[in-house]
Amino acid sequence: MDWHILAQQLVNGLTLGSIYGLIAIGYTMVYGIVGMINFAHGDVYMVSAYLTAICLAVLFSFGIDSLPFALLATLATTMLITAAYGWTIERVAYRPLRGAPRLAPLISAIGMSLVLQNGVQLSQGAKTQGVPSLIPATLRFGEGDDFVQITLVQLLIVVVSLTSMAALTWLIQRTSLGRQCRATQQDRRMAAILGINTDRIISTVFVIGAAMAAIAGVLVTLNYGSFDFYIGFVTGIKAFTAAVLGGIGSLPGAMLGGLILGLSEALFSGMVNTDYKDVFAFSLLVLVLIFRPTGLLGKPEVEKV
Amino acid sequence: MPSTAASPAANTVRWNRVFRQAVLEAAAAFALALLLLGPIVGLVLDGYQVKNELQRPLLIAAIIAIGRFLVTLAVHTPTGQVALDRFNARRRQPGVLVVSVSESGRQRWWLLAIIALGLTLPFLASKYWLTVLIQAMIYVLLGLGLNIVVGLAGLLDLGYVAFYAVGAYGLALGAQYLDLGFWSALPLAALLAALFGGLLGFPVLRMHGDYLAIVTLGFGEIIRLVLNNWLEFTGGPNGVAAPAPQLFGLEFTRAARDGGIPFHEYFQISYDPLHRFVFIYLVLFLIVCLMVVVVTRLRDMPVGRAWEALREDEIACRALGINHVLVKLSAFMMGATVGGIAGVFFATYQGFINPMSFNFFESALIVAIVVLGGLGSTTGVIVAAVVLTILPELLRAFADYRVFTFGVLMVLMMIWRPRGLMRPRRRAFEVKGLCP
Repeated sequence: MDWHILAQQLVNGLTLGSIYGLIAIGYTMVYGIVGMINFAHGDVYMVSAYLTAICLAVLFSFGIDSLPFALLATLATTMLITAAYGWTIERVAYRPLRGAPRLAPLISAIGMSLVLQNGVQLSQGAKTQGVPSLIPATLRFGEGDDFVQITLVQLLIVVVSLTSMAALTWLIQRTSLGRQCRATQQDRRMAAILGINTDRIISTVFVIGAAMAAIAGVLVTLNYGSFDFYIGFVTGIKAFTAAVLGGIGSLPGAMLGGLILGLSEALFSGMVNTDYKDVFAFSLLVLVLIFRPTGLLGKPEVEKV
Repeated sequence: MPSTAASPAANTVRWNRVFRQAVLEAAAAFALALLLLGPIVGLVLDGYQVKNELQRPLLIAAIIAIGRFLVTLAVHTPTGQVALDRFNARRRQPGVLVVSVSESGRQRWWLLAIIALGLTLPFLASKYWLTVLIQAMIYVLLGLGLNIVVGLAGLLDLGYVAFYAVGAYGLALGAQYLDLGFWSALPLAALLAALFGGLLGFPVLRMHGDYLAIVTLGFGEIIRLVLNNWLEFTGGPNGVAAPAPQLFGLEFTRAARDGGIPFHEYFQISYDPLHRFVFIYLVLFLIVCLMVVVVTRLRDMPVGRAWEALREDEIACRALGINHVLVKLSAFMMGATVGGIAGVFFATYQGFINPMSFNFFESALIVAIVVLGGLGSTTGVIVAAVVLTILPELLRAFADYRVFTFGVLMVLMMIWRPRGLMRPRRRAFEVKGLCP
């Protein structure tokens, strides 16, 4: 294999991995704090892709042609509304189920996922939607037929996801809110005794997760340009795989897992077979859960009576 | 607590407060609904432009706000208080309703009537309703199978459709490559599905609930993707044909195909394409009845009791010396076998299968049947499967809203009764007069 194909796949894998990492944050934080898989998270990401396209279309129809402003406004609006989705889903479908049997929140989450998917399909139609290519600029390395191409959007994806990861890490490690989150994650009852409003913290975690998924949604929509109401399903499972791979409950783990999954998936589809790249990702999930359920950076879970 | 003898003035003040609270909550609900639904429901993407449909989110938000207002008011009336208390008490009910053995023999007549109805129905139905009935029976079978895994053993299997696919492709590919007929494929496909269940189950059953759900989901998708991509072996998205069933070598075709004798010629009756469906239905119905008996018996056996005990408290079970992996594996393989059998019937009734029929939505639908039927209740699962198959046929106009409604029902169901609509009954001996 030529070096330029390998390098190209590495670039593609890096961008894909950043996206997985951003979505995986929602899974890993929610799992860490409530102990449930938020099955609807992938569909929240799907909603944010639609919101991106709608926002851009509305802004352009008002004749706003300053691209940086349009992108920033779209990002802000999408994050706000998607965060509201995260909050509402927690409030409606999960909070009434605290203390219910273990399977109940998971089934409720599947129901929520069906509602989001089908709700979007009913209101926006089943056909594939898209946005125009806004940032066509690319960087090229190499000459002749042997070149590696990095689009500006790919660069943007890596930069934006690393920045948001850094901001989130700062939020969790340095601020009072972050301390409360970590305390609730360690021992919810003790945190409540010490005066932390744990219900509010749980809501906050859902809001943060949804906002991160919204960033991913905006970036993916800019990069690929097309999406439909079904994208949340496969991307959701893959992001969950990334969360498990990195160690569920661990923030740096989510990003690391995302990058590893993205890179190995890109290399697999570049070297072996594109048709089976989803099979590869799902098999990776099954293997990790069987052989190393704590992931790379996770702590072993001890069952207590 | 205000007493009934409160002065009218105090009552008015209290109601004013309640009213203000209701208005505020309704306004908040309206604003939130508008924020959430405004763009997604109100601005429809059309190419790179949006169409303005803002009246839709406004209408929905108004309905939500009015509903919220009325609920807040209702909860503050005495009747509303009582209803709320009852609602909360019901959610905390224990999972199983215990009935004494002497009490449980009373439903025999009902059972006979239902079986008689089930056996006569196909002779009265038109072709359309016959296919609907067969579908309903397939879903009953799938529901019963998944009920063992999810309802009884408490293992959430989101990839159940994989075993359904294994059964269906077992018949179709078995006929294509090994020249198997329906009757030889039926037990073999069931065994194959059980084998798949064992292979998947053995490594993953050690992990706890949520991980299991995701792994089974991943497994279901892997099976579907392999069926879709392995063109040389499975025909890929183009699918494969599946053979029709035979009755002791008699074929349900107009003219004999494989050297057999057509059914109608043997019995000297005129040819009717319905015969094939009636036959499939009757065999399926008998298998469903057999399944009900097997599941009912299993629940009273040690292994069935171990399933339910594991669902309630795994740590306690392990402390009592139950081999949890083996017990879970038995439930998983039982469920897989039933799924495989249902798959064989699906393939032979359709005559043609492709991977599209085995996507995640199908798994979610079967989970919905088990959940709405009441996680562990056999009657509930049968009722839910029949209702969820026949209702959409009656409400063709609302077919688009089917999945949406399932989702809403699943959420509501978990809030209202997390243990299911019908409480499972468990037979037990009642000792009277011994304990004070």
